[in-house]
Amino acid sequence: MAHSSQPAFSSARLLRACLYAVLILFAVYYLLPLFVMLVNSVKTLDEIRGGNMMAFPENFTFEPWLTAWSSAQIGVEPTGLSPYFINSILMVVPAVTISTFLGALNGYVLTKWRFPGDKIVFGLMLFACFIPFQIVLIPMARVLGTIGLAGTTSGLVLVHVVYGLGFTTLFFRNYYAAFPDELIKAAKMDGAGFWRTFTRILLPSSGPIIVVTVIWQFTNIWNDFLFGASFADFDSMPMTVALNNLVSSSTGVKEYNVHFAGAVLAALPTLIVYVVSGRYFVRGLMAGAVKG
Amino acid sequence: MSFLQIDKVCKSFGPINVLRDISLDVEEGGFLVLVGPSGCGKSTLLNTIAGLEKLTTGEIRIEGNVIDDLEPADRNIAMVFQSYALYPNMNVGQNIAFGLEMRGMPKDERDAKVAEVAKTLQIEHLLDRKPGQLSGGQRQRVAMGRALVRNPKLFLFDEPLSNLDAKLRVDMRTEIKRMHQTFGSTIVYVTHDQIEAMTLGTRIAVLKDGIVQQYGTPAEIYNDPSNMFVADFMGSPAMNLIPATVRGHAIEMSRAGDDPLVLSFDALPVTVSARNGQDVIVGIRPEAITDAAGRGGEKSIQATCRIDVVEPAGADIYAITTLGGKEVVTRLHQDWSGSANQAADLLFNLEKIVFFDPQSGERLR
Repeated sequence: MAHSSQPAFSSARLLRACLYAVLILFAVYYLLPLFVMLVNSVKTLDEIRGGNMMAFPENFTFEPWLTAWSSAQIGVEPTGLSPYFINSILMVVPAVTISTFLGALNGYVLTKWRFPGDKIVFGLMLFACFIPFQIVLIPMARVLGTIGLAGTTSGLVLVHVVYGLGFTTLFFRNYYAAFPDELIKAAKMDGAGFWRTFTRILLPSSGPIIVVTVIWQFTNIWNDFLFGASFADFDSMPMTVALNNLVSSSTGVKEYNVHFAGAVLAALPTLIVYVVSGRYFVRGLMAGAVKG
Repeated sequence: MSFLQIDKVCKSFGPINVLRDISLDVEEGGFLVLVGPSGCGKSTLLNTIAGLEKLTTGEIRIEGNVIDDLEPADRNIAMVFQSYALYPNMNVGQNIAFGLEMRGMPKDERDAKVAEVAKTLQIEHLLDRKPGQLSGGQRQRVAMGRALVRNPKLFLFDEPLSNLDAKLRVDMRTEIKRMHQTFGSTIVYVTHDQIEAMTLGTRIAVLKDGIVQQYGTPAEIYNDPSNMFVADFMGSPAMNLIPATVRGHAIEMSRAGDDPLVLSFDALPVTVSARNGQDVIVGIRPEAITDAAGRGGEKSIQATCRIDVVEPAGADIYAITTLGGKEVVTRLHQDWSGSANQAADLLFNLEKIVFFDPQSGERLR
């Protein structure tokens, strides 16, 4: 018995070893760009020019990070990326909050307060998820101009809320579709109206889907370049557009180390959001997938 | 005047009529059970009483006041749901207090009420737990507590026992009956389980396809079914429905491998005797066919039948014979000594026999 099971055992181990080898290979492959960015952002410019891109820094320096943050030349002023980082925060926080809240409200109405034609309304909102960004640029510019929000952070918030509503509604609708109707009925019998049922019963049970939606919206809005480049003026420019201006500026020397540091700075918030709540993201997506 | 009056209620979803002209009255402190197979409209009727569904035509009155236009919360009705519908984000105490909180009752009053109800239902030790940490029976108690705490005029139960295992179901059934006796509350209870209906109800309404088939006390429903559907649906094992032919004052049923069995009556109901030579359906409960050792009642006829299958059930023995081409269940005493594939003497209690029209299924009286 023990004799015969020995080869089977070791071949299973071999298989497992291969599996891990492949997984590690892929992990390295995916992490390599990040490694290059991090390593080169702490080298001096001379070292980058003279040496290997993959090598560890010989003279470790934070100078490029400080430059990228506070004194790099963006456009005409040597302000660094910091004001644009603030711009992005000022845009992302309200846009994510409003679109998530409205998505939850839409999901609630579409599943628990059904009305004639609700499926058509949902279908149209779903359709919004599939409209390419480019198509809405000109009409949106027109709308922003008409209501006087062109070139402002508020304008960008509006654009992102409108564009994100399709996704957030989809997320919440599917989550709430699996939420038992009897609970809503019980709340009705208990005397809770539309809003109190929403805030006291539904929202407190929506943790996973809120996390999913917030991550999704935060990442998309923070990383958006097209809307930022199209609708923001110089004072409301988000981080992504400023980074592009930094990297593609045609004056002077190409400071690769500063560019790398700036790119990492721009990517940092989404990275942090993923690390902090990534496991909820996976859990939430799974829950939605199985139940919805 | 009745406490709860359901007056000619109809409900349709588009072209589908779910409830058709339903009229039921319940006295104060009564226990009305709505029973029927799935899709018969019983839950819809309950929801219209609760106000969760609007009725199409008709009226529902409580103590003479029409409640059709009131919101569910304003009807002073509490409901216990099939899944219990406990709010998963709140603990037991908050669950019970939620209805009071929504009505703006101050916190100390709320706490006192919750404590009182928790004591009655013996769930004081559970007040800080979340519904997810409770067993099925405990959830059921909490759901009842949430209904009781508001002291409503009317309780609605929507199949509250169907999620429990068999043993617990019997216990909780007793619990509900006890609650009804203790508080004297008026209850409307929906179930598809005819045993629950028989044990709990003071009045039973048997529904099928949105129509009330029969409305009466459990004894009336059981002994005096108004059509074949009610006869077949209520009682376990079900009533035997045997094809037979009328011969003057007697009815005749074919018997496998033997002469037909003839049961002679002193007097058949007029509608039956008028069908001399025609077919009728004879309805007879298993306990009305018993072994010769038991007293079958004063007007009994003894006959010999061949037993096909014997099913001992502890207190009784169910023996199956064939009459009129149908399997017929008989209920014999546990000391009966016969066995399968042998002939046995059976007593037919003529007082307990009812007749149905084979085409319409309606009772012939």
